[in-house]
Amino acid sequence: MFKKSLVPLASFILLAASVNAQDRYFTKTGKIEFFSKATMEDIEAKNKTVTAVLDSKTGAMQFSVQMKGFEFEKALMQQHFNENYVESNKFPKAEFKGALTNNSSVNYTKDGTYVVTVKGKLTLHGVTKDVEAPGTIKVDGGKLEGKSTFNIRLSDYKISIPSVVKEKVSNSIKIIVDTKLEPLKS
Amino acid sequence: MKYILCFLVAFAATDSYCQEENLLKGLNDDKPQKEYVFNAFKSSRVIMSHSMEMLQPGVLDFRILHRFGNVNQGISEFFGLDQATIRLGLDYGISSNLTVGIGRGSFKKEIDGFIKYRAIQQATGPKSLPFSLVVVGGSTIIGAPWADPLRKNYFSSRLGYYGQAIVGRKLSENLTLQVSPTYLHRNFVETAPDPNDLYAAGFGGRIKLSKRVSLNVDYYYVINQNDARDLHNPLSLGLDIETGGHVFQLHFTNAIGMNERVFLTETTNDWAKGDIQFGFNISRAFQLKKKKG
Repeated sequence: MFKKSLVPLASFILLAASVNAQDRYFTKTGKIEFFSKATMEDIEAKNKTVTAVLDSKTGAMQFSVQMKGFEFEKALMQQHFNENYVESNKFPKAEFKGALTNNSSVNYTKDGTYVVTVKGKLTLHGVTKDVEAPGTIKVDGGKLEGKSTFNIRLSDYKISIPSVVKEKVSNSIKIIVDTKLEPLKS
Repeated sequence: MKYILCFLVAFAATDSYCQEENLLKGLNDDKPQKEYVFNAFKSSRVIMSHSMEMLQPGVLDFRILHRFGNVNQGISEFFGLDQATIRLGLDYGISSNLTVGIGRGSFKKEIDGFIKYRAIQQATGPKSLPFSLVVVGGSTIIGAPWADPLRKNYFSSRLGYYGQAIVGRKLSENLTLQVSPTYLHRNFVETAPDPNDLYAAGFGGRIKLSKRVSLNVDYYYVINQNDARDLHNPLSLGLDIETGGHVFQLHFTNAIGMNERVFLTETTNDWAKGDIQFGFNISRAFQLKKKKG
């Protein structure tokens, strides 16, 4: 009696878990760029090694960004970014945990571009803040491309700009996310 | 049976809950990776000597070194500020491990040049070494008129060479230390007891006081100095202040001159007597070659 009912139950649970995995999409080479526009200088940096996961069933998503992965045009900027601003040794990663607020409006089985809103918590420089951003999800032959553009304020994340470089570093940073996600096979 | 069912349901629930909580699980390989250590010093010099830090590739570092006269000359010489010697230099980062530089100092109108190569870079993670090893080779040419124009003077007598190995370690975000055994050869020395080959041990370090300011110490112990000459070991103490593209190195020193030949062999000033000079180095970095986006 025990064993008989246990087997189908267990296989059901296992099945559920594997179905779960197939609902997930991921990348390890997502792109995140940021821009700072100040009166004297424009700064931009690009990171092409962003890890991202989206669960199509629940709309939950998560990003992990290595701060040292941001590449700048000027070596000195990159050095100062890591050492003086985001303190990459102390806070090596930025993370986002959130979800699509309108996941039901995305049909993951039908090609097309869907407008979405993402809401969640962004942890950067050791500070966690709520973030809400508009974006799109493009479904194309079983693969996804997620894009979003939003702004954050450095002061929210305790990243201070010394007065000597006020003209060169903006407090408002534009962030552009572009990730191509593939189904996660497990 | 009921209990097992409950248990399994509970287990399934926690399982899916965990998955929601950490979607990245299993994706993010948190395997330790080799990671190089950067920013051991604010600039490529501790104060007067080479630091374990290299220029990034494509960076041109314009260095303006300024040294005033002795502070203890009092108000009549405006504490040394009336006199000044300078060295103007250009350093260039050819690759992340190779830097070259030239400069000219007003003291004895001397031109100097160097090649600096980083053989080992301090790193963390697997297969990494906990220190950096940098080797520097340089040459100096005295341009000033001969002290004794009547004797037969050779151009080669103007030349000096130095070689240095810098072993350094960034011990923490705030503390860096380095040791640099140094060899200096002068083709021509003034008197017989002056050694043509000079050996010295350099010690340098910095303590970060804030993100943009550090306290630096730079010292050489000269091993076989000619004692008859009343020469002293050069010691510099200073603050590095970094403001975006510039690094200012404000310092006090007894060292005369601003290249290895001068400060190892001509430092007649003595800290104990208050023969110290105020000086500042300005480093301005220009990115000549830009990284491709």
